[in-house]
Amino acid sequence: MNLASSDSSPLKLFQYFTDHHSQVLSWLWSHAWLSVLPVVIGLVIALPLGWLARRYRWAYPPMVSLTGLLYTIPSIALFVILPRALGTQVLDPINVVIALSIYTVALMVRVVADGLGAVPEDVSQAATAMGYTPLQRVIKVDLPIAVPVIAAGLRVATVSNVSMVAVAATIGVPELGQLFTNGFQLSAGSPYYPPIALGIVMCVLLAVVFDVAIVLLNSALTPWRRAVSPR
Amino acid sequence: MIRFESVSKQYPDGTKAVDELSLVAPSGEITVLVGPSGCGKTTSLRMINRMIEPTSGRIWLDDRDTSKVAPAQLRRGIGYVIQHAGLFPHRTIVDNVATVPFLLGRDKREARKNALELLERVGLPAHFAKRYPAQLSGGQQQRVGVARALAADPPVMLMDEPFSAVDPVVREQLQNEFLRLQGDLGKTIVFVTHDIDEAIKLGDNVAVLRVGGHLAQLATPAELLATPADPFVAAFVGRDRGYRALGFASAGEIPVGAEPSVRQGEALTSAKDLAQDGWVLVVDDAQAPQGWLHLTGVPDSGLTGTVEPALLNLGGTLATQGGTLRAALDAALSSPSGRGVVVDTDGRLLGSVTASQVLALIEQRAAPSRTAPAELGANLGANLRKATL
Repeated sequence: MNLASSDSSPLKLFQYFTDHHSQVLSWLWSHAWLSVLPVVIGLVIALPLGWLARRYRWAYPPMVSLTGLLYTIPSIALFVILPRALGTQVLDPINVVIALSIYTVALMVRVVADGLGAVPEDVSQAATAMGYTPLQRVIKVDLPIAVPVIAAGLRVATVSNVSMVAVAATIGVPELGQLFTNGFQLSAGSPYYPPIALGIVMCVLLAVVFDVAIVLLNSALTPWRRAVSPR
Repeated sequence: MIRFESVSKQYPDGTKAVDELSLVAPSGEITVLVGPSGCGKTTSLRMINRMIEPTSGRIWLDDRDTSKVAPAQLRRGIGYVIQHAGLFPHRTIVDNVATVPFLLGRDKREARKNALELLERVGLPAHFAKRYPAQLSGGQQQRVGVARALAADPPVMLMDEPFSAVDPVVREQLQNEFLRLQGDLGKTIVFVTHDIDEAIKLGDNVAVLRVGGHLAQLATPAELLATPADPFVAAFVGRDRGYRALGFASAGEIPVGAEPSVRQGEALTSAKDLAQDGWVLVVDDAQAPQGWLHLTGVPDSGLTGTVEPALLNLGGTLATQGGTLRAALDAALSSPSGRGVVVDTDGRLLGSVTASQVLALIEQRAAPSRTAPAELGANLGANLRKATL
């Protein structure tokens, strides 16, 4: 069978897109915010936790291990358990947001702690000696210097979220993962690839867009790193 | 004035970093804390601005008990310079300098304007203002560190080995500029170093600390070199302290002998006529000494051409009339001809002096103190006995 000319060829994904574009675009939109919102929430939670792990040396090993362990909980299990635990509707996207926020925290606590720890000792000493209060120092000195490390962590968290959101389609949450479940159902008789190929392409594109956005944001926040030594 | 009142610092594991330290750092002067590692000098410094809290005792800033002032508040009124400058890598140079004025909530434009003036004052061109610390050399970063400490015009400055991470040439430059700056500003400075030479060069007063945080001696550099309080201080101050003490003794009027000289570009044959013991001094058009020319063993037939810079021996150092005995002796000892070159304050040749003439001068200066009061004599005797142990 010639895949390229057949209607079930992966290359027919454009055809599939034009036929279902309003549906697919709405999935893309929900996929996008379901991926990004947890990163924002997770980061906001991970910042103080990471700071605590840094501030109190004894807290670092348990904090990093415990939050890290959260990552081992299978996402599908969380999607199933959370509605019961929180009393939410099974199809409520809030479940996805919460689950992925947990994963982001799992990734980012270590990243934030290590990023803050990478601030050179003489720099933080100087900041204290200049008269920064501890909170001022974290916000105005430690965090800005940790931005590159934190941004690197955010890239991993965001891209992995884009892929994990798709899993939520198995419990019926509408996003790009629906293309895979559709493709699976349509392949009952013979393989039908277009929606699956479209889903993969759109997920990858979405991840690339987010990744580039974080890289640009990082670069905008750290002009000092581009400064090249004239020596 | 900064006053330590029986200040101790003991860590939970029992190690004593500082033990019952009492000393006064007078206003407008540089007080150097010096000692081997583990002597508690940095700990003492950091207790002043409460980066470290004393276990017991008090530290006073004039009439303020530092333990009664909120740490951040206290620190904004105390300049602080550390070894690797500790500049904020994410801020431009001008914003680094303006750190404390910003913290104090001063007008940003005004603060940046002052920062630019300060940069100039520490010897950095204005176009450095928009650069980031990573674009500067170590010595330049340290200058910015000093400017940052001065930005809010604090009466007190703490300096923790500020010049020890740069190469010797830059270090000397920074030290000299620091002394010049302090001459203008008259801050109350506590300066920590492990380098006794730096302590003696920069300090108005030098506090020598020994391991365990005991104050071994607090004295002016000249006193420290002349009468070390105990064998520890004597050993720490170093073996050639007699020679270095000459650096504090004014030579007065050095009796210079006439030194014939030739100018660059003159014929070598005329140089040969002026040479004494085979050596003749070469000067430039402004009478500034350029180096020595050696003419022994060169047959007259080889003396073609003129006096060129490439032929000169640059060995000798120069002593300035009215300078120190150390400089005069060094000029004589370092001169390849054995005749130390003495210049006036404008660098023009006055004449030369030999080592034995400088030694005679030293003898002459030292004689009165040998016949000095009995108490001092007994002291010297005690020191001598220690020295022979």
